[in-house]
Amino acid sequence: MTITVYVPTPFRGLTGNRSYIEAQGRTVEELLDDLGVRYPALRNLLGGNGDEIPAHINIYVNSHEINTLQGKATPLKDGDEVAVIPAIAGGQVLTPEQVMRYSRHIVMPQVGPIGQRKLLAAKVLVVGAGGLGSPVNLYLALAGVGTLGIVDFDDVDLSNLQRQILHHTRDVGRPKVESARETIAAHNPDVKVVPYREPLTSANAIDIISQYDIVVNGADNFATRYLVNDACYLAGKPLVDGAIFLFEGQAMTFIPGQGCYRCLFPAPPPPGLVPSCAEAGVLGMLPGVIGAIEAIEAAKLILGLGEPLVGRLLIFDALAMEFRQVKLRRDPKCPLCGDDPTIHELIDYEEFCGVPFPAHSGA
Amino acid sequence: MTVQVRVTATLQKLVGDQKALVGTGETVGEVLTDLEQRYPGFQTQVVAEDGAIHRFVNIFLNDEDVRFLEKLNTPLHEGDVLSILPALAGGGR
Repeated sequence: MTITVYVPTPFRGLTGNRSYIEAQGRTVEELLDDLGVRYPALRNLLGGNGDEIPAHINIYVNSHEINTLQGKATPLKDGDEVAVIPAIAGGQVLTPEQVMRYSRHIVMPQVGPIGQRKLLAAKVLVVGAGGLGSPVNLYLALAGVGTLGIVDFDDVDLSNLQRQILHHTRDVGRPKVESARETIAAHNPDVKVVPYREPLTSANAIDIISQYDIVVNGADNFATRYLVNDACYLAGKPLVDGAIFLFEGQAMTFIPGQGCYRCLFPAPPPPGLVPSCAEAGVLGMLPGVIGAIEAIEAAKLILGLGEPLVGRLLIFDALAMEFRQVKLRRDPKCPLCGDDPTIHELIDYEEFCGVPFPAHSGA
Repeated sequence: MTVQVRVTATLQKLVGDQKALVGTGETVGEVLTDLEQRYPGFQTQVVAEDGAIHRFVNIFLNDEDVRFLEKLNTPLHEGDVLSILPALAGGGR
C-alpha cells in the first residue's frame, strides 16, 4: 500500500526538504515504521519504534485525526493521504520554529524532542560574563537552555574583546550583563536572561544559586571560586568549574558529596603568588576551549547523558595541544564536604583568601 | 630512580621554561630536593616551611594525588610521571 505523507515545514529538514513523501503500510503503525526506516530522523521525532506518538504530534488520515479513527491501528488504502502535524502552541511543546531551530539536536536519539524540552526548561547560573562566561553563555543559549542567570557587575573594556565573544566594540563601557543579554537575545529569543549586576557575596550567593539547577563557574579570582564552591555544596547544586591561565586550562564538575574544589585545593595561594589573567595574559582562544567544555558538561547534566567530569580534573595545554586527566577524590578531611565538616555556612572569603574581592566578581 | 616531572605555567619559569624535566629520587620528596639543587627556589613553591606540600598545589603521581598516597614519602618507580599543578583562578577577565 503506497501512501502519500504530508510533511510540514518544521520537519522538512528531516526529509530532504520535500513536503510530500511516499511510504508503505497497511495501517498507520506500519506506515510510521516504514517512515522511520526511510527517514531515521523522523522516527525519533515520532517517538521511535513501537512507542506512543508524542503528545505534541497529531497524525491525520485524510484530514481526520487518528485518535478519532482507530489510532495507530487505523487501516490505510492506496491513495490515502497522511499528515504529520506538530502542535504549534507555546509552553511545554516545541513550536514549529523550535523544531527547526533545534533540529540538529532533535534528530539525535540521545537528545530528541524530550531532551530539547529539558534544555528549554533548564535554569543555569553562569558566574561571569567574561572570557569563560562568554562561550558558556553563548553555547548554552544557542542550545536553547531556557533560563540563564548571569552574575557580573563589570563593564565591558576594550581589552576584553580579544576573547569575550559575548561583547562587541560598541559595547565598551556598558555593563557586561546588559551586553550579554542583548547578544543572547539576538542569537536566540527563546532564552530568558536574568542579569545580576552585582558581585556574588556570602550574603546573596545561596539565595541566587538556589533558584537554578546547575552553576557554571567562570570566576576570575580565588575568593569567588571558593565562595561558589561552598555555596553550591551547601545549596546542593552541581557545579561545573573551569579556569584558564596563559596557554593552559582546567575543567571539572563537582556533584555535591562527590568531592569539591576544597578537596582538590584546600586553600588558595597567598595573595600575589599566582598572577591573574589581567597580569599575566591569556590566549584569546583558550577560554573558547574550556568554556565549550563547561557548556558541554552543563548540557550533559541537563540531559542526563554520558560521564560527567566528576572525580577527574581535565587539564588542557594549548601549546602541547594535549589533554590530560588526573584523579580527584573527595577528601574525608575536607572542611566542607568531608566526614567531619567545620564549614556549615558561607564564611568571609576575603579573609580566607587574604585579599578583598576584586572590583569584578566575574571573569 | 629517574622520573619525568611535568610542571605547568606558573612553575615553568623557575626551571628554564621547560614543561617537563627529569628528576632523580626514591620518593616524591627526594625528587623535589633534587630539583631544588638544580633550580634553587623551586622547592619553596611546592613545599611549605612545615615540610608539607602547599595546600594550593597538587602533586600527582601518574594520575593519583600524592596526598591520597604517602604524600612526599610516596615511593617512585622508574618511568613514573609526576605532575605538579598549582591552583588556577583565571576566568579571563
